[in-house]
Amino acid sequence: MADSARVYLRLVSAAIRSQLQYRTSFALDVVGMFFVTFLDFVAVLVIFHNVPRLGEFTVAEVAFLYALSSMAFALAEFGVGHLDALSEYVRTGSFDVMLARPRGTLFQVLGADFRVRRLGQLLQGAAVFVYAVSALDVPWNAARVGMVVLSVLCGAVIFSAIWVFVICIVFWAVEGREASSAFTYGGQFMTQFPIDVYSRWLRRFLAYLVPTAFVAYFPTLYVLDKEDPLGLPSFLRFSSPLVAVFAAIVAGGMWRFAVRHYRSAGG
Amino acid sequence: MIEVEHVEKRFVSWRKRGVLRRERREVSAVDDLTFAVERGTVCGYIGPNGAGKSTTVKMLTGILVPSAGRISVGGLEPSRQRIKLARRIGAMFGQRVQLWWDLPLIDSFELLRHIYRVPAARFRENLARFRELLELDPFLHTPVRQLSLGQRVRGELSAVMLHDPEILFLDEPTIGLDVVAKERVREFLLDVNRERDVTVLLTTHDLSDIERLCNRILMIDRGRLIYDGSVDDLLARYGGERTLVVDLEEPLPPLDVPGARVERVDGPRQWLRFRRDETSAAAVTAAVAQRANLVDLALDEPDIEEVVRRIYTSQPRES
Repeated sequence: MADSARVYLRLVSAAIRSQLQYRTSFALDVVGMFFVTFLDFVAVLVIFHNVPRLGEFTVAEVAFLYALSSMAFALAEFGVGHLDALSEYVRTGSFDVMLARPRGTLFQVLGADFRVRRLGQLLQGAAVFVYAVSALDVPWNAARVGMVVLSVLCGAVIFSAIWVFVICIVFWAVEGREASSAFTYGGQFMTQFPIDVYSRWLRRFLAYLVPTAFVAYFPTLYVLDKEDPLGLPSFLRFSSPLVAVFAAIVAGGMWRFAVRHYRSAGG
Repeated sequence: MIEVEHVEKRFVSWRKRGVLRRERREVSAVDDLTFAVERGTVCGYIGPNGAGKSTTVKMLTGILVPSAGRISVGGLEPSRQRIKLARRIGAMFGQRVQLWWDLPLIDSFELLRHIYRVPAARFRENLARFRELLELDPFLHTPVRQLSLGQRVRGELSAVMLHDPEILFLDEPTIGLDVVAKERVREFLLDVNRERDVTVLLTTHDLSDIERLCNRILMIDRGRLIYDGSVDDLLARYGGERTLVVDLEEPLPPLDVPGARVERVDGPRQWLRFRRDETSAAAVTAAVAQRANLVDLALDEPDIEEVVRRIYTSQPRES
């Protein structure tokens, strides 16, 4: 495990050194990241200032929810965003090279490249978080701080798991990337708004089928000490670690199943 | 070292039949393949394009799972023990670059050292040896994308040997290289085979690769093994006829050279065919030089495609 972590860091550092070979492009990447992040932040502020309430939530509360989800997603993208290149690897045969090496394939794909650009969303999420916290009057204590950290981490695991699960389509249809990225980015957009603005069936879909609700909704209820407008049992507020573990196991299983399919179907 | 028993690999392909209807078809890439390769053998795995060579190599390295049959490589079952096996084999897949494209060559070696968990002392020893054998020093710190093809192949060869594999799978290791570079690659392979008793399975279209390197030939066509035996036997039976093309100072009637017959005359140029087991290119050249003033010459070797065609046409075909 520790050895794998070291190799992963080496792979990532190799990827960053590779990008530094093209200094202008790298600099543009970083500048573009800050620019887009800033615009995104402004867009979010504009929305929050024009909508007085969403469901049972005030604007600042929604911003809090958005910030948790956004940071979790950014962290997930930080780790597994490079899965987008999987179809490329399968198509060009680089995936075969990875299979011929004595390491796990998911691990190698994740380490194969790294985009500094992904820092942007993390910064943006943090900015919204600061805005939300300053607008709210949260009675901070160790448990609430812990809940914020835990929910961002668990959220990152849940998003990563969904990402891995969905990208496995690639092994059946090499050009499947578009379909799966519509799914993951769409999923994130939905968790950024409270569940009760959605219709009943969609609510069920979100809370049960896609466990992204655990990323931000339940932790927000806890930290802000709010009644659940949906009246769901309160233990759900602490369930995100379990959901994260479950999601990771399911995604890992799916990945193994998909790779086995690839290996017996041929690339 | 390598055992293959009744191995089959079928792929499913879908053919369009109208807008929504598609027809399922099974295509056999490898069909009832059986062979074994002893430790320390340099084995040429040859056949025309699309014969099933790379499918076989992918099954032997654990990248693909066979549809039927049993494979054992170094006592392991590749598809089930992929990671364990990967530590003990080295694989070079033709055009696919395994080195880090934008980084200096030495960085790729360092990364592979960690991926394969090569002990630092062993790594230094191996690297020193390969730097000498393949003369890597002039470009060791050059980004891989700036290397010439020959330099890159030398880099790739070192990369697959760093973790002391017992078996090497090489796909067209000399393709596209000039004569000097080809020779250097061959020398290297012979060296590691001698020094470390490495078993090598290589695919190639180059008959001189086979002559220089291999002591065993497996030939496949359309997924079936059509020849298994020694190189000498193969060349004597199917690839024996070589052609020496000579340019003379002036047009002459067909030359009379022992062991060779003139196949074609075009002005001062003549084509002399001779059998490998009867005479040598040197003897024929000397005989020509005695009889006429030689300006230029070239030796045509039959290529694999031709040898395969001859074997194929000489075999009773199953219907």
